[in-house]
Amino acid sequence: MKADPKGVLTGVHFIDGDHAACEGALAAGCRFVAGYPITPSTEIVERFAARIPKVGGVFIQMEDELAASIAIQGGVWAGHKVMNVTSGPGLSLMMEHLGYACMTETPSVWVDVQRGGPSTGLPTLPAQADMMQIKWGSHGDYEIIALSPNSPQECFDLMIKAFNLSEEYRCPVFLMMDEVVGHMTERVEIPAADQIEVTERKWTKKKPKDYKAYETTPEDLVPEMIKAGDGYRVHVTGLTHDERGYPKMDVPTQAQLVTRLLDKIRKNADKLVDVRMDGCEGADVIVVSFGITSRVATAAIETARAQGLKVGHLRLIICWPFPVKLIQDLAKTVKAFVVPELNMGQMVLEVRKAVEGKVKVISVPHPGGTVHEPETILEQIVEAAR
Amino acid sequence: MSAEETTRKGKGTVFVRMEVCKGCSYCIDFCPTHALDFSKEFNQKGYHFPVLNRAEDCTGCDLCGLFCPDFAIFGARWKDLDEKRQKTATPVEP
Amino acid sequence: MSESLDLHLALAETELENPVLPYLRQDRIPHIWCPGCGIGTSVNCFCRALTDSGLDLDKVAIVSGIGCTGRTAGYLNLDSFHTTHGRAIPFATGLKLGNPDLNVVVYSGDGDLFAIGGNHFFHAARRNMDILVICVNNFTYGMTGGQVAPTTPVGPTQTTMPLGNFESPFNLPFIADACGATYVSRWTVYHVRQLAKAMKEALNKKGFRFIEVMSPCPTLYSRRNRLGDGVDQVKYYKENSVIKNGADTKDIGLGYQGEIVVGKFVDRERATWLESMNDHFSKVLGDQFKPYGGKPEGV
Ligand SMILES: Cc1ncc(C[n+]2csc(CCOP(=O)(O)OP(=O)(O)O)c2C)c(N)n1
Ligand code: SF4
Ligand code: SF4
Ligand code: SF4
Ligand SMILES: [Mg+2]
Repeated sequence: MKADPKGVLTGVHFIDGDHAACEGALAAGCRFVAGYPITPSTEIVERFAARIPKVGGVFIQMEDELAASIAIQGGVWAGHKVMNVTSGPGLSLMMEHLGYACMTETPSVWVDVQRGGPSTGLPTLPAQADMMQIKWGSHGDYEIIALSPNSPQECFDLMIKAFNLSEEYRCPVFLMMDEVVGHMTERVEIPAADQIEVTERKWTKKKPKDYKAYETTPEDLVPEMIKAGDGYRVHVTGLTHDERGYPKMDVPTQAQLVTRLLDKIRKNADKLVDVRMDGCEGADVIVVSFGITSRVATAAIETARAQGLKVGHLRLIICWPFPVKLIQDLAKTVKAFVVPELNMGQMVLEVRKAVEGKVKVISVPHPGGTVHEPETILEQIVEAAR
Repeated sequence: MSAEETTRKGKGTVFVRMEVCKGCSYCIDFCPTHALDFSKEFNQKGYHFPVLNRAEDCTGCDLCGLFCPDFAIFGARWKDLDEKRQKTATPVEP
Repeated sequence: MSESLDLHLALAETELENPVLPYLRQDRIPHIWCPGCGIGTSVNCFCRALTDSGLDLDKVAIVSGIGCTGRTAGYLNLDSFHTTHGRAIPFATGLKLGNPDLNVVVYSGDGDLFAIGGNHFFHAARRNMDILVICVNNFTYGMTGGQVAPTTPVGPTQTTMPLGNFESPFNLPFIADACGATYVSRWTVYHVRQLAKAMKEALNKKGFRFIEVMSPCPTLYSRRNRLGDGVDQVKYYKENSVIKNGADTKDIGLGYQGEIVVGKFVDRERATWLESMNDHFSKVLGDQFKPYGGKPEGV
């Protein structure tokens, strides 16, 4: 399906990542947002509030992030595509509803413009320290998808991708921005609506009497959806439920449901790999980066190459699910991985887990507040190449 | 004459799904004409359930039906039942 | 078996169904509620109200939080959402704004709506969000085993107030009134006809509507405090209630086993959130604005 032109601001713009992200959501068909302001994400909802009356839809500022993160899910079951926008402290409040969205398979896009933490931390300064929180922060076992843009253009592009994936897999999809990407102003090209592919919700074609809200097949683990008011009389619950959606709290039902919720992502992990690779073939050292850090890493890599080192760059566009197999394949040929990130060592754990000690994995941590100095990354590349 | 007609003592009657009754006694205590008593028997879950011991007093007001937290009882007027039956009556084979 | 029992069995097989059954997910009945729990009675009244309301039931959605009362959503044969503890109102807000054609009812417990969910209640009422909120007030946290609730009167013991509660409770209609609700009433599960009528009336009204339903929790409140079973509590409601329609909500707080003021306290008109939004944008933006009706495009 093509994008609805009403939401597409075709043309070349000079805007920051927050504004671009909002335009991405509008282009993807998002017409309902319930938000709560928090730096450095606020501009996204501010722009949405300003744009939506003319596009046609609703913005409501809720009383807190607990409310925002569940109100959007009400919007989904009314038939909307929705986005949930926040930053660190708000993200922490939203964790229960992240689990609810996973459990009820409510397609939704969650934007986290990361800032320094813990707690109120550095409200106006960048970090990439919520990468593990989104993966593990809600209780129980679940899977999400997370994308990491490194420019305003990508905030736009990946926002659309995030919406499309959330509809395809019926799970929360995160757009993991950070303060720098959110507030950095660059050229953003918004294509014509007919150039933008959007994924429609997986509406059921079944009649109410034949429809079961959570029925799936072994080939397709994603159930078909309905919306309230169409006569299906569905029941949706965060309790462990059977294929009709009715609470059923026993061991086999739990096993079946949780396994399916994980498998619908895990079994598609290969399909979900999205990385940018530069000079990885024949490299001695590969820098694994994501988001804003990838731009600093590029500078470090160029210097290293100028010094004659064989350095590759693997940039994660989709961070979760983590591209385990790809890293394992690369581990067969490289000496070491270098993993710079604006946290004290989060995604590096995934690299280590994947390579199982076969090659060196060097973490380049940073407590946040600014980006790395390219020299810091360069030093570790040189060290790794030795 | 059906058994039912011989026992049409009051203006109405009650219908009880005795197996879903939990014996709370709401219906018995709040029947305005005190037409109901607990059964001597237990249902499968071990509860006494209501029986219309004073059928002559039942008005079919359905207050018992409104009170029942378990949707186990409701009352109806014979008049309404007859009307309803007439409407839904299936023609008898000649 | 007694003669009358025979008769009833015969009738039950040959005669009508209980009129509320079509409103219930029959494959989920019997429900989990204890013998003598008043929640079922309130639901029974709600089913009658649905019949009498004349509403298209495909357009009625029910949203519950977590708790014994929160299980209501799962038993009603409507589009039904069992959400998280305390968050039924914001979910309902999203559902209603997402599709304004829906008649959205929140059905939940006192702890859910006024402790963990209190903030949402205040704001939804302030905004005049167009939803009906039915609170089954059993003065306790039923689902978790009888802990003190924001409605527990001073005096009775609760598991987390083992020596008797010393905290002051909320006066729920007063809160709803003060926050701007368009309809506020309180009934007990003794007042089944009035309750069903109030629910019907509220279902057909606009704005943020609130009904408090006093209801016994024999298992964890009344028996623990030697107040007897459910039926004894309902008798106490019967004997101690006075109907005062239009009473000033600040005067109707509930004490421990004292007088219970019931009735309809507030019935007023106020623009809903969505009406205000549409009016305001129409004024400011003129032709550039098409009033929002809710249906997502292309659906
Ligand atoms: C976030 C969260 N905290 C705590 C709980 C545990 N919990 C479940 S129901 C409940 C209280 C229910 O009380 P109330 O809303 O009055 O409903 P009742 O069971 O009395 O009908 C609590 C504390 C929970 N499910 N979620
Ligand atoms: S129908 Fe009315 S009179 Fe008859 S048993 Fe029920 S409450 Fe009593
Ligand atoms: S009110 Fe219902 S559950 Fe209670 S005793 Fe009567 S029939 Fe049984
Ligand atoms: S614990 Fe109390 S509120 Fe919960 S079902 Fe039992 S009686 Fe009702
Ligand atoms: Mg309670």
